[in-house]
Amino acid sequence: MYQYDSYDQQTLNERVAQFRNQTQRYLAGELSDDEFRPLRLQNGLYLQRQAPMFRISVPYGHLASRQLRKLAHLARAYDRGYAHFTTRTNVQFNWPRLEDVPEMLAELASVEMHANQTSGNCIRNITADPFAGVAADEITDPRPWAEILRQWAAYHPEFAFLPRKFKIAFNSAREDRVVLRVYDIGLDLVRNADGELGFRVLAGGGLGRTPILGEEIAPFVAWPHLITYCEAILRVYNRYGRRDNLWKARIKILVRALGAAEFRRQVEEEWRHTKDGPDTLTVEEVERVAAHFAPPPYETLPARDPGFESLLDADKAFAGWVRRNVREHRRPGYASVVLSLKKTGSAPGDIRAEQLDRIADWADRFSFGEARMTHEQNLALADVRQADLHALWLEAREAGLATPNIGLLTDIICCPGGDFCNLANARSIPVADAIQQRFDDLDYLHDIGEIELNISGCMNSCGHHHVGHIGILGVDKNDEEWYQVSIGGCQGNDTTLGKVIGPSFARDEIVGAVERLLDTYVALRHEDERFIDTVRRIGIEPFRERVYENRVHKRKTVHV
Amino acid sequence: MSERIIRNGRVVEDTRQLVTLAPGADPAETAVPAGAVLVPLGVWRARRDELLERARSGELGVWIDAGEDVSLLADDLAALRVIGVHFPRFTDGRGYSTAALLRGRLGYSGELRAFGEVLRDQFNYLTRCGFDVLQPRSGRYDAPALEAACASIADFTEPYQHSASHPQPLFRRARRGTPSPSHP
Repeated sequence: MYQYDSYDQQTLNERVAQFRNQTQRYLAGELSDDEFRPLRLQNGLYLQRQAPMFRISVPYGHLASRQLRKLAHLARAYDRGYAHFTTRTNVQFNWPRLEDVPEMLAELASVEMHANQTSGNCIRNITADPFAGVAADEITDPRPWAEILRQWAAYHPEFAFLPRKFKIAFNSAREDRVVLRVYDIGLDLVRNADGELGFRVLAGGGLGRTPILGEEIAPFVAWPHLITYCEAILRVYNRYGRRDNLWKARIKILVRALGAAEFRRQVEEEWRHTKDGPDTLTVEEVERVAAHFAPPPYETLPARDPGFESLLDADKAFAGWVRRNVREHRRPGYASVVLSLKKTGSAPGDIRAEQLDRIADWADRFSFGEARMTHEQNLALADVRQADLHALWLEAREAGLATPNIGLLTDIICCPGGDFCNLANARSIPVADAIQQRFDDLDYLHDIGEIELNISGCMNSCGHHHVGHIGILGVDKNDEEWYQVSIGGCQGNDTTLGKVIGPSFARDEIVGAVERLLDTYVALRHEDERFIDTVRRIGIEPFRERVYENRVHKRKTVHV
Repeated sequence: MSERIIRNGRVVEDTRQLVTLAPGADPAETAVPAGAVLVPLGVWRARRDELLERARSGELGVWIDAGEDVSLLADDLAALRVIGVHFPRFTDGRGYSTAALLRGRLGYSGELRAFGEVLRDQFNYLTRCGFDVLQPRSGRYDAPALEAACASIADFTEPYQHSASHPQPLFRRARRGTPSPSHP
């Protein structure tokens, strides 16, 4: 993975020193709350009534074992022994004291980590395929490009006070695994007819209160122009994005107001002046960064390991885990493992310090010292020999990280919700827990098959409920927690926004509503049809009818 | 009346008067005092011919607000020696793009002054975008605080990006590191 040079390290150290000084001046009363707010947000720190929150950046989700150990240490020293993994490959801690944050940043900097621009109206952490470099369907490795753009975005002098937050993702494979169309800029790595590498550029996607899918604004931008083209988009947005209304300030609103064609025209006009300028990438720079992502020293192995094959036959539980949690690898004899952070009884995405330490050890022993975060809030070991899978599984099972549920109903994407987040309208973790408890039977889960259930505690949509096959959104009605249900959303190549099925549910009704949705699916599905396929075939009406049929209204139904 | 401002990284006294336009006021009728002044874009555009000589001498400068289009000054840049950019709120980042365009696209090399809600913690970004004069709101910093604030201009010594202060991005101006096999 990318290793800092002296410039990276010096710049990061200067950032830590800058924030230490800012924190001191704030505590001394020299900076007002309003003046300090964007500074601390751009260093990852939210101050909230119930619990502060400190969000650490994990660029494109890559973690070295020593970084995992550092997170474990921070969890023990400054938090209550655990961390939370988010849908944007960030790591969140909940109880840091403001006074401690500069020291936490210094500790992170010692392992080439930071909390830069993880909040605030700036360019946020850039995401990419968790299976970069190992996926069989990859067009090219996105990580060098993501790292190049990370450096460009870090402390960018012009774009630190945008109208609103700004998120960029790379897709690099035939199957989109980053939900490219929900990003402010989505960069799709493609080759043109001449085999030249470049980017299909999408802009104006985003979830939140007004979910919009990004539109293509350039079919092909050749690789040397990555920075200048992004800069042109950012400059148009910085100058013309709305600043009068927080809810209309994202770039998606600008793109929609102008129309994609006019937005494209403005970007191209801006780009005309900067194209081929100093920010044009050089072969030398791209090769320099790409060298950091050279393949690890793989062994030459047979395509199928005989020991692994016989254990698959002998151990049904192991085979079940392999079926759900192990992915094909590009190299013969290797596999990628997804460690589930969705064990029933623990909040989705939460991980304890001792689990982080265990994963660091497994990364060192089994996967060239690296792990990757997925936007589904799980953790992957990308380069495991087939021969090691059983040993890894035994240990992961003991550590509570081998729940064989990847892609199944209980692999819920879920934000921290009202238990932790000030923005939330409702709690989300108890809903996820109730669903996991109710549908804990593995045979039932396998019968339901692949399904994505996403929960957000408010319209900010951190739990990506709009793109869940089943999406659950917490809403506040007269100080009560209610939940709106949508179905038919989908991530991936055919990303779709779900449709709301009807009036929202009280918390004690929500598991029953999910159960009726699943019963409807089981009753009406064709053979080998996934939940989402059934919804697409028959529409939401049959689901709506059955979910609300004979519904007992304990309280006045609230329409949203 | 004199104010303390930062010019090229040092605190200096400055007597330039800011002329503002009352809501609904006619730019053509707005009084422009004698001496060093900074007048609104609207006044400049209404009375360009009358004010041109004072602009050429540097006595009169023009300021543009966050939402105003800097390209409206494109044809005047040869005459102008002082341009101000107003920051109505320090979180309003439009002025950074205004400066980047003036310095980069339009080739403006005269004084570029940031005024309004201009705070120490943005000095580094402001100067990198091309502001050489920083004028925090009157009274925001006392004399020692303003002296101390100059240190923030140098918060980052080797930024990644190309900008007004760094004509080349880091990857073109430095020999960057390659991966080391012994890296932990």
